[in-house]
Amino acid sequence: MNADEEPPEERLLDEDAGPMVRPYVMTGGRLQPVRGKFDLITLVVATRDVPGVQPGLGPEHLAIVAHCQEPMSVAEIAAGLDLPAGTVRVLLGDLLDKGFVMTQEPQPEVDVRDQRMYEVVLDELRTL
Amino acid sequence: MSSGRSERPAGIRMMPNAIKILIAGGFGVGKTTLVSAISETRPLHTEEILTDQGVGVDDLSGVEAKNTTTVAMDFGRITIRDEYVLYLFGTPGQKRFWFMWDELSLGALGAVVLADTRRLADCFPSVDYFERRGTPFIVAVNCFDGARQFKLDEVELALNLGPNIPVMLCDARKRASCKEVLITLVRHAMNAHAEPPKAVQGSA
Repeated sequence: MNADEEPPEERLLDEDAGPMVRPYVMTGGRLQPVRGKFDLITLVVATRDVPGVQPGLGPEHLAIVAHCQEPMSVAEIAAGLDLPAGTVRVLLGDLLDKGFVMTQEPQPEVDVRDQRMYEVVLDELRTL
Repeated sequence: MSSGRSERPAGIRMMPNAIKILIAGGFGVGKTTLVSAISETRPLHTEEILTDQGVGVDDLSGVEAKNTTTVAMDFGRITIRDEYVLYLFGTPGQKRFWFMWDELSLGALGAVVLADTRRLADCFPSVDYFERRGTPFIVAVNCFDGARQFKLDEVELALNLGPNIPVMLCDARKRASCKEVLITLVRHAMNAHAEPPKAVQGSA
């Protein structure tokens, strides 16, 4: 009766639980990328325009290249293409291997001592 | 010579650095609301598929026939000039997701633990986790409509927090309030990460 009042987080999970098999098909059953680590906030940018048909690249690969003409995080790509992050990592590995994208890994933990970074972030947050 | 950190092909612009802030707390405490209120985009939604290997002996009732499960996360983005991109990840607070937090909190600037005074215990696991891991965090008490106003020191007491952990009230629906929360966290993280002033030179 009150099904509509289900908390949103729960609903999203249920809704998306359906097509979860397909992602493995896109990656040819692979769980790990051939190259790269791909944290959720690793930034990815395409090194070229969207290619036409390419051997070894599926429509999802091309969609990623189209999506990253500006730097995008792995999480944003996954959200934008409505694919699980793990699937996107595998596809990105292929693209990195073939030179279609380049990546920037997030700063390692030692860099959080970078005082200037905090100041820049604080300044900008104050103007929001 | 000294700072050749990556081999960018010539002609490709500098990429910004990505920074991560975690928004943790119990189920339905307002994590996604906070992310929506402050993010420059509408909150995005992503999922990780977890295989049996990652999942412990936890009872995932309702999914017993599956050997995978998914963890949903909502996140938002704030662009800081051309230099940084700040990502806010609303992370599920339940203990069974801790193995995923290890990845999420790697390199994170810090975390906001959102608390609801009606279910304060829901944020204990998050507080425990960040304390143990040494991730700088603050506690923000989300003031829901009709929620009775708690005194902050009561919350502090109940959470048994260290003396330097900031605790504040917030309204996760209001941008200005969320902004204060983030500023408080970044300031706290800056102090927490800062090396003690004279410790470098000599240890007396």
